[in-house]
Amino acid sequence: MAIWSDETTDSKALTIKIQGRFDFSAHQEFRDAYEKSKDDPSEYVVDMKETTYLDSSALGMLLLLRDHAGGDSSSIRIVNCNPDVKKILTISNFEQLFSIS
Amino acid sequence: MDTKPLRLLIADDNDSDRLILKTILEKQGHVVFSASDGAEALVMFQKEAPDLVLLDALMPVMNGFEAARAIKLAAYGDLVPIIFITSLKDAASLADCLKAGGDDFISKPYNRIILHAKIQAHARMRRLHEVVQEQRDKISKHNDHLMREQEVAKAVFDNIAHSGCIDAPNIKSLLSPMAVFNGDMVLVAKKPADGMYVLLGDFTGHGLPAAIGALPASEIFYGMSRKGFTMQEILREINRKLKQILPVGVFCCACMLDLSFHEGMVKIWMGGLPDLIIFRTKTKKMERIRSAHLPLGVLSDEKLLLQLDVLHLDYGDKIYVWSDGIHEALNAQGEMFGTQALDQVFHNNNQADDLFDEVLHAVKVFTGDQAQDDDYTMVEVSMANEHEVFNDRQDEDEGFAKKLIVMDCTITCELRPDSLRTFNPLPLVTHYLREIPGLKNHSGKLYTVIAELYSNALEHGLLRLSSSLKNSAQGFASYYKQRTLALDALKSGCVTIKLNCEPLENRGGRLKIRVEDSGFGFDHENMMSNQLKKQGYSGRGIPLILSMCQSVIYYGNGNAVEVVFDWD
Repeated sequence: MAIWSDETTDSKALTIKIQGRFDFSAHQEFRDAYEKSKDDPSEYVVDMKETTYLDSSALGMLLLLRDHAGGDSSSIRIVNCNPDVKKILTISNFEQLFSIS
Repeated sequence: MDTKPLRLLIADDNDSDRLILKTILEKQGHVVFSASDGAEALVMFQKEAPDLVLLDALMPVMNGFEAARAIKLAAYGDLVPIIFITSLKDAASLADCLKAGGDDFISKPYNRIILHAKIQAHARMRRLHEVVQEQRDKISKHNDHLMREQEVAKAVFDNIAHSGCIDAPNIKSLLSPMAVFNGDMVLVAKKPADGMYVLLGDFTGHGLPAAIGALPASEIFYGMSRKGFTMQEILREINRKLKQILPVGVFCCACMLDLSFHEGMVKIWMGGLPDLIIFRTKTKKMERIRSAHLPLGVLSDEKLLLQLDVLHLDYGDKIYVWSDGIHEALNAQGEMFGTQALDQVFHNNNQADDLFDEVLHAVKVFTGDQAQDDDYTMVEVSMANEHEVFNDRQDEDEGFAKKLIVMDCTITCELRPDSLRTFNPLPLVTHYLREIPGLKNHSGKLYTVIAELYSNALEHGLLRLSSSLKNSAQGFASYYKQRTLALDALKSGCVTIKLNCEPLENRGGRLKIRVEDSGFGFDHENMMSNQLKKQGYSGRGIPLILSMCQSVIYYGNGNAVEVVFDWD
């Protein structure tokens, strides 16, 4: 498991990439990825291209990010989900809270 | 820091060498104990427990090598560094010093600066070892303490979270926690009248943090079930409480069932759990219900959606609800059990009663000796007859005897459109009836009667829905859809419930329940005689009520009904 974050040059969007299993062991790293961002990005992108699996604590971490990004007024896109990952997000009906593709 | 005084043991059979070494070390500020051979050193070691030992290799009685072995043994788990001070020069002998348990050696004649530096280096090692040991002991003590606390807490928790009528004959359940505490809960409660509620919840994470949320959830579940609240009201309250107390990121995937034996019906709410399966015992067909909601504890009250699936069930039909632990159980290759394997178990089944065990067996065979990766929990609920499930089960005792006498009074409750849309009067009414001595044991029956009369007045009287819709399995769902639409559109009218209670001479008392609606009424005379002939349950459920009460009389144009219930 490894996490990278990237800010666009104009600092408008923050992209967080998660590689491997996204579970409780990623907790601190995932938090650091958005809390250490200098500016307040107007959009967050969680890139799951290389994410193989997520568990319920990962869902919890996504909710924490959503809270950090302003709750109901947040703009978070979860992108490049593989079918397994997408299924987990769908069962929990997270598409009601995030834009998922 | 580098010159912190140490307690040193030195052993040398040469008196002058020993004296010189002692003097040097004492000048450096250490406390020194001396011995003239290995045996004496061992005795001194046990008596003085020094921090560090300096041994000559060749000594009479017991040489340095033997002494080193004995001292290391006597030190148990403590690290007592041993430095050989020796005139031996060949590599093999010096290696022997370390082999015997020595940590270092210095050749004679030694340089006192090197001697000092080596003593300090080994003292550092010793201190480090002490810190590690201390921390290890502390951790193990904390762990013991925590385990003891958890076991006690678990006993309390189990009484709260896995209570109710989880042992009812139509329920099979499995909770297999990976820690002492479980992030999963299974709650089963008898409804005051017909049927039961079942709730399976899976909190984020495992162990204690996950279990904590189960406590308020189960309190609310049991408390509100007993008082006759609807499934939506209970879910709304649990969601509100969890949202309030759980930190962001902790939530509860859940499924709740409202099982009505009498009507052969189940209402289902799913939030975040894997597909639920309904297994039709007669046709061996599987139906799936997909979670359409977010888990509990995520959304605020205003955003929470509580749309229910309403389905007809035949006797013996089974419902399977599970946490994702079952689907995601891993085998030695790290593969998941998965939905397809689960479906296969259902396809291969011959005897529906064996299904539950077959599923568990399949998961067990699949995972082999793999350590459990997640809590897994599964419940099977079968459609049965009420009397098979709750065989003469008495209402649970409320805990203290009621001394209050509410015997001689009338209460009236009039509900107008806004209240009819949002308020359920049944818990209030049931609560009142439970206060009346002698009526508590009849509260299930009375709940049924009042619930029937109230829904007749509301659904047929005021909303003018046709009960014939409910005759077919498909009709159930559309009936409830129409009910919601009509209720939302309701602009005027009311339903009044009036309870009148009075003591009877020499025995119990008489309760009169009058329910009146502002609707157009119906041809009660004709219907009553038809109903009594048919003994059917469609329509207004009058035979059911009659079987429980002394009399049922309709007034006016059928928009008012009064039921008399006597008790001893």
